Amino acid sequence: MIPAGFDYHAPATVGEATALLSRLGEDAKVLSGGQSLIPLLKLRLASPRHLVDINRIPGLAYVKEADGALRIGALAREVDLDDSDVVRSRYPLLADATRVIADPLVRNLATVAGNLAHGDPANDHPAVMLALGAEITATGPSGARRIPIGSFFKGPFETALKPDELLTEIRVPAPAPRSGGAYVKLERKVGDFATAAVAAQITLAADGTVAAIGIALTNVGLTPIKADKAEVALLGKRPDDAAIKGAAQLAADAARPEADLRGSVEYKKDLVRVLTARALRKAIERAGGGK
Amino acid sequence: MNVQVTINGEKLSADVEPRLLLFHLIREVFRLTGTHIGCDTTHCGACTVLLDGRPVKSCTMFAVQAHNREIQTVEGLEQNGALHPLQEGFIAEHGLQCGYCTPGMLMTSKAFLDKHPSPSEDDIRWAISGNLCRCTGYVNIVKAVQHAAAKLRAAVPAGGAR
Repeated sequence: MIPAGFDYHAPATVGEATALLSRLGEDAKVLSGGQSLIPLLKLRLASPRHLVDINRIPGLAYVKEADGALRIGALAREVDLDDSDVVRSRYPLLADATRVIADPLVRNLATVAGNLAHGDPANDHPAVMLALGAEITATGPSGARRIPIGSFFKGPFETALKPDELLTEIRVPAPAPRSGGAYVKLERKVGDFATAAVAAQITLAADGTVAAIGIALTNVGLTPIKADKAEVALLGKRPDDAAIKGAAQLAADAARPEADLRGSVEYKKDLVRVLTARALRKAIERAGGGK
Repeated sequence: MNVQVTINGEKLSADVEPRLLLFHLIREVFRLTGTHIGCDTTHCGACTVLLDGRPVKSCTMFAVQAHNREIQTVEGLEQNGALHPLQEGFIAEHGLQCGYCTPGMLMTSKAFLDKHPSPSEDDIRWAISGNLCRCTGYVNIVKAVQHAAAKLRAAVPAGGAR
């Protein structure tokens, strides 16, 4: 399948890229990993007149901890998360998620930032970043601004990024002591989108009660869904079996799935209930609790 | 646009449309037809090539993105008339039937063994999970990769890589 023709631009700096985006406006799309965009172009579901390839901009492929946050640069690939010792040792939710995104070959090109900027509610990082309380840095011609992840996803394939802005960095708050996270996904086969998936990040207080909690859902709505009521139900409580079951039901109630080949509405909601309980149990165990 | 790329150690260049996909550059412009076009939808991995040593699906990358990068294809596995241990392994263990997925399987396995010389069966299955085979049920492919891993380990002198 051959995409429609386009003009190709390969800026060497973020400044050049945003200047191009500013000049080209809605006619341009950003090409980073390309693992979502190129299939869309080949199917001609999208036919932008310009592609701005950011892959040749140096210095954007980092994954590092600095200033109390894990910082993920615009060109960090999924494989870079998987290869990162700091991610594996301190951010188990991210480590879980990156290994179930698409397949190993796709992960060698696909970027974390692209997974968010694409705005697809079936993608995995949106819910992961919601649960982690991440922050997005968007850089435009007049400078950078920070966007809390909670106000980043506006609708299906729609984000808070303006046409002349580049998602340049993701910041994930460094975990407090007694923190743990987990991502639990059901997919029909490697490479499929989630039938449903649940991200959970938890911090326990010294007395074993829940000091902080994030729960978010993948592919059961038009945007990724933060399960606020489930979070509130757990906050300040001891996360025992009854509390986990209660929160899991509230998460299922928050899901707004549509029926498709992957299952009925009832099935998917119940799946969210089961996966939420599993994600919470794993997160609590990793936080050193549940004993 | 002019694209300059090193393929299997040879510097090549071509003038291409930006929309030309990498596998079309490799197969139709440079006539290296060992790289297969399978599903053309980022699923099957028959088109897998190594980009700076990492396996990627060449159906899901533009040729111009390979500018100044290094590509390895299945044609580059054989050295001085000797098959690569992976190629020998696929023959010895019957790691292919129709052979369509084989170039992709070989390239993914090559990159994997370069990084993981002593993999478990689970590790191998994990590594090739982006490459589909509809003939073998994967059993003999896994054996072929194990065969190659053992041979490569034996070839490296103890205490150091080449």
